Amino acid sequence: MVLKVFFPACCSLAESGLLVGRWIPEQNSAVILAVVHFPFVPGQVKQYLAEVHHVTQVEVSVLGSWTNSKQAKEENLGRFLEDLSTIFSHDPWIQLSRKQGSKFWSCSTIWKHPSGDEGDETTLVYYDQRKVMLSQLHPPLDSEVAAASSLDRKVENASRLMAMFNTVSQSKVLFMKDRYDEGPIKLTHWQSEGVEASIIVELMKQASVPACLLVTFLLSLVSRVCQSRALTFWPLSFIWSKLSTCQQLRHRLQHLQVISSPKKAPDQSQLMRKANIFVSILLDVTLGILLMSWLYRKNRIGHLANALIPMADHVAQQLQDLLQWLMGVPAGLKMNRALDQVLGRFFLYHIHLWISYIHLMSPFIEMILWYVGLSACLGLTVALSILSDIIALLTFHIYCFYVYGARLYCLKIYGLSSLWRLFRGKKWNVLRQRVDSCSYDLDQLFIGTLLFTILLFLLPTTALYYLVFTLLRLLVVLVQGVIHLLVDLINSLPFYSVLLRLCRSYRLASGVKFRVLEQEAGKPLRLLMQINPLSYGGVMQAYRLPTYSCYPKDSWGSLCKKLFVGELIYPWKHKGEKQD
Amino acid sequence: MADEEGYLAVSGERITLQRRHHSASCREFLVRCPRLQLRSLSAVTCSVWLVAYGLFVLCQNSVVLSAAIFVTLIGLLVYLHFVKIDQESLLIVGSLGIQMTSSYASGKESTTFIEMNKVKDVVINEAIYMQKVIYYLCILLQDPVEPHVVSEVVPLFQSSKPRLDCLVEVYKSCQEILEQNKKS
Repeated sequence: MVLKVFFPACCSLAESGLLVGRWIPEQNSAVILAVVHFPFVPGQVKQYLAEVHHVTQVEVSVLGSWTNSKQAKEENLGRFLEDLSTIFSHDPWIQLSRKQGSKFWSCSTIWKHPSGDEGDETTLVYYDQRKVMLSQLHPPLDSEVAAASSLDRKVENASRLMAMFNTVSQSKVLFMKDRYDEGPIKLTHWQSEGVEASIIVELMKQASVPACLLVTFLLSLVSRVCQSRALTFWPLSFIWSKLSTCQQLRHRLQHLQVISSPKKAPDQSQLMRKANIFVSILLDVTLGILLMSWLYRKNRIGHLANALIPMADHVAQQLQDLLQWLMGVPAGLKMNRALDQVLGRFFLYHIHLWISYIHLMSPFIEMILWYVGLSACLGLTVALSILSDIIALLTFHIYCFYVYGARLYCLKIYGLSSLWRLFRGKKWNVLRQRVDSCSYDLDQLFIGTLLFTILLFLLPTTALYYLVFTLLRLLVVLVQGVIHLLVDLINSLPFYSVLLRLCRSYRLASGVKFRVLEQEAGKPLRLLMQINPLSYGGVMQAYRLPTYSCYPKDSWGSLCKKLFVGELIYPWKHKGEKQD
Repeated sequence: MADEEGYLAVSGERITLQRRHHSASCREFLVRCPRLQLRSLSAVTCSVWLVAYGLFVLCQNSVVLSAAIFVTLIGLLVYLHFVKIDQESLLIVGSLGIQMTSSYASGKESTTFIEMNKVKDVVINEAIYMQKVIYYLCILLQDPVEPHVVSEVVPLFQSSKPRLDCLVEVYKSCQEILEQNKKS
């Protein structure tokens, strides 16, 4: 069996001493954590290691000896090292030695109970202690699921490298010692910067606790106001559920509650989630304030309000022209004149109502916009949701036309299909959910056929109105959908993880990669272990924040079918709600 | 300890297989794909520019020409960085695992490392590719729950696609190391 020695690259220049680390017997590998320098008292070393073991729960022990020889005095040292192996008994006892100016180290192992395979090889794997300690290993998703499903087998099948990563990250206490700390024993390992370097961080940590408490208190007040009875009785609650602004605000409120909860995050993924939410909100608010500062400079709100009314007028004018066109001979089609006129007048009256409503509102629009614009300081997403709501409100007439057209068309389609069955001497059996044959009277057949003919000849007129208004409606739905997608993007993108991946790519590891270093015959194989960072797609998949909004659940096919049959379509957000 | 041999790929291009024996249980195989041909590069560029020039003559809009330049430049960058693989390597370390590296023409490297306890076997498989049957080397991964079930097949040397004679060489070496590993 090949013996693997994981050696921290920062210790390669250390003076001679003892190798301290953890022996993993099932993998036949040794993870070296630090080197203890030579003038030491064996008892103190043992006591220190026991303390470390107590704190970290990692079985740290003396694994062997390390010689970094500068002069040629090997003779007495050899004996001394053998003596050491009797003091710190460990099976196997690893002796690593490095000669001055040579890249190749020699390694010999002494087994207390020599087994059959004596001619075993050694593989030296260098690792960067700091990166391994800080990195977070992400196993592939499917294997994680499989491991979770069989907990009893998890231990043996868990990634072998995971054990090594865990060993290093758990023995953090060992590395957190100050550089100038004069302890009883001297160690070489990766040095943290010490506490002094991060005074600002410490201060912020201290300050964050009262800040979190304050925010939690404010949030509880806000949520209590929101849940008060005055705001949740029937018509209002219905309106709240339809406005995307309210949903976005509720979502952000939940996010704030998650961040400001004084409880410590239980594991790494929760911590990352908090950080992601925090950065997302920060970015959102920054963008919102930028937007606000742009809007309120040079009276842009006023210009916008002034442009809005003529635009609504223009849209209404265009619609009127369209209706006039439909009432005539659209695209050379000959429609049923009476029905055409009735439908056209009905819609024209509706537009007239709409225009008068807009003109009634016009004096207040600038003020409304001014106050609504203030809400952008709550974040760009809120501003975008408000924009979506405003679009929905301003295109209410299109929605109405669409609903009328769709209902009429739907009624006709259903009537036609049932009369077509009558035409063939069949009927729909509701109890059995199938088509049965049925014998009709002569009168029934006569009336049914007559109605069928009438409906069939009137169908093109209704279908045309339906088609035109559905296209308009689809345009509005598309615009709203794009806005919702944008909001969703800001809500769900894990900015912190992406930044971490960009700047400190070793923090999010998907695995490791090895590089073979130079070889010399008779010397152990040397490998350099590097961290393989997670791909950006993997980062997205692992840390994507869940959002309230659902993507279109029905496929394009079912959407087309709905359009053909005349069922109502909604913007993407409401669709999920309706299905629930 | 490195020897190089020339082989043919499935499509008939010349590839070289380089073997490095680092130690008894550590071997590395490098398959170098043919380099980007100047001829094909210039052919593609010329055709794109000719089409753009034809459009320019038709519609007299010079935006088409600058768009063509941008398209070729960005296309080349994308091709070099994401598509064109220069060299694929397989590093097999007896006690640790198998590492596959593919280096792109721009220098980007993508690496996958599979630990030895997950590897069930390395086999040569055959597959239907376009209108012919080709052989490829693949790693069988063990299912973590049931050790006898193959959960996944990871194909090797996907872009260079060496022929069978080259695959057999790699296969034999891999099997030697896997045997050693199983014995201990």
